[in-house]
Amino acid sequence: MVEDWTRQQILTAIGTTLTALAVTVLVVVVVFAVYAPLLVAHAPTAQNLDARFQPPGTEGHLLGTDELGRDVLSRIVYGSRASLGVGGIAVLLSSSVGMALGLVAALAGGVVEDTITILADAVLSFPTILLAIAVVSVLQYGMLQVGAAIGVVFMPVFARLVRAETKAVREEGYFRSSRALGSSLLRTVALHVLPNVLPRVVVQATITFALAIVIESSLAYLGLGTQPPNPSWGLMLRDARNALFHAPWLSVFPGLVLALTIFSLNFLGDRLAEHLGR
Amino acid sequence: MPSLRFFLGKLGRLIATIFAITSLVFIVLRVLPGDPARTIAGLDADEREVAALRAELGTDRPLGEQYLSWLSATARLDFGASFFHERPVVDLIRERIPLTLSLSVAAFAGALVLALPLGVAMAVRRWGAVDYLGMGFSHAAMALPEFWLAILLLLGFAVLLGWFPLFGAATPRHFVLPVVALALSRAAVLVRLVRSSMIEELDKEYVLAARAHGLPEPRIRYRYALRNALLPVITVGAIQFGYLLGGSIVIEQVFSLPGLGRLLLSAIYRRDFPVVQGGVIVTAVVFSGVNFIADLLYSAANPKIRMR
Repeated sequence: MVEDWTRQQILTAIGTTLTALAVTVLVVVVVFAVYAPLLVAHAPTAQNLDARFQPPGTEGHLLGTDELGRDVLSRIVYGSRASLGVGGIAVLLSSSVGMALGLVAALAGGVVEDTITILADAVLSFPTILLAIAVVSVLQYGMLQVGAAIGVVFMPVFARLVRAETKAVREEGYFRSSRALGSSLLRTVALHVLPNVLPRVVVQATITFALAIVIESSLAYLGLGTQPPNPSWGLMLRDARNALFHAPWLSVFPGLVLALTIFSLNFLGDRLAEHLGR
Repeated sequence: MPSLRFFLGKLGRLIATIFAITSLVFIVLRVLPGDPARTIAGLDADEREVAALRAELGTDRPLGEQYLSWLSATARLDFGASFFHERPVVDLIRERIPLTLSLSVAAFAGALVLALPLGVAMAVRRWGAVDYLGMGFSHAAMALPEFWLAILLLLGFAVLLGWFPLFGAATPRHFVLPVVALALSRAAVLVRLVRSSMIEELDKEYVLAARAHGLPEPRIRYRYALRNALLPVITVGAIQFGYLLGGSIVIEQVFSLPGLGRLLLSAIYRRDFPVVQGGVIVTAVVFSGVNFIADLLYSAANPKIRMR
């Protein structure tokens, strides 16, 4: 028993440490995005052809410089804006529209529900990144467009989730009583459906945020996202491709920040889901 | 075996999905971008040229008519000719798709080979050392975007150690790192599923009954529990295969492999829309086909589904 107890304590300690780490990472990334101009000594697009490929630790360039002599740290700090911006737009769009579609489908039923379900299934029958690529190839590559493209891809996920949850609530006594007592549909939804649906939507939104950031960086890596000279972590990795031998650090640091951000979102999403008992 | 009715039902669903896919591609790639003729001709082309091009492409006809001829052409696998290569799109796809498919299949096999034994070992000794290592692996591999994992493998095994070639598809050795990168990412997801599914089965009463009868533990685990635990793996496995098809688009770019992904990307850069349309449709249809096969496998493995 005693052994189990200490073991449990160790596990809790590890969990707490990782949660703290994840929160810290996210706070740092948000601070990067918001206060970028105050944090860095160099403009992210400032070239210095006399100081190309400086290794990390060079005076004035903590993480070195790239093939145009641009400061890697500055580009990473500014690059957070592309990730968080696109991720934020994608999550807001997919969760709000997806939730609305899910609610409408569950409450309206019939043809409306069938149509929404078929559309959602059709969107889900594309590999995620493929659909994002197709939509982006049409919308072009601004932050808003890429965010919207990724948002469209994840809409059905929210629609399905909310639809299933709403249908379950609809059968509950409190939902029927509320309607029978004369509450409007809108009031009933706000008071009884949303509180049941929102926790799961928040968990899904956290995970979707991570996925959206992965897709954003993948698109940028493929040249279909943030366009040069603007900084984005995926684009930095794309630029680093030609310097694998003489400047390998260019392929490491942006990816490391990217991975830490994604891990933090996934981990917090998991903890949140556990906490909500799902 | 699944009943005929079940089979036909699933087949009908597959056809409906393919219909929805082609319609969606028509809307997204043909209606939304505006005037393809203008795009192809360029901004400085004069109005007469553009009009001639419109007539040639058929984009001057009513949208409903265009949609119908699009559907019938797509059903015949006629995606038109590439603007850039000036060859039928279907030929280009036929040349490139074997590489992408073999990459995906090899990575899928690799992911299963890693995820199945590891997931079972984790479930059997829950909260043991293997379980923690496995969870650590899963968390780490899920946090690494596939293309960065691939870049790290390139840095480590091609640049630093020099064990594998850097770019290209000349020899089988060229495929090792791309396959490993794709497989690790998918295994990270599958291992969690195998673990949780196996834990669920091991907690069931038939396992308790088998133990009470004194059956050997390996037999209980692998003959009985694992078989049932694999059911959800079939469905999720199909979805993971879809991710592999998408992921290989990015991975082909990392390793300069001449597959469908690279064809699609260079077509997007050149605004070569027929190739983009054909590539997107073929990939999505392959993915739906895999899901269809998974549905059949699932029903073959699970009598409960068949009876419905």
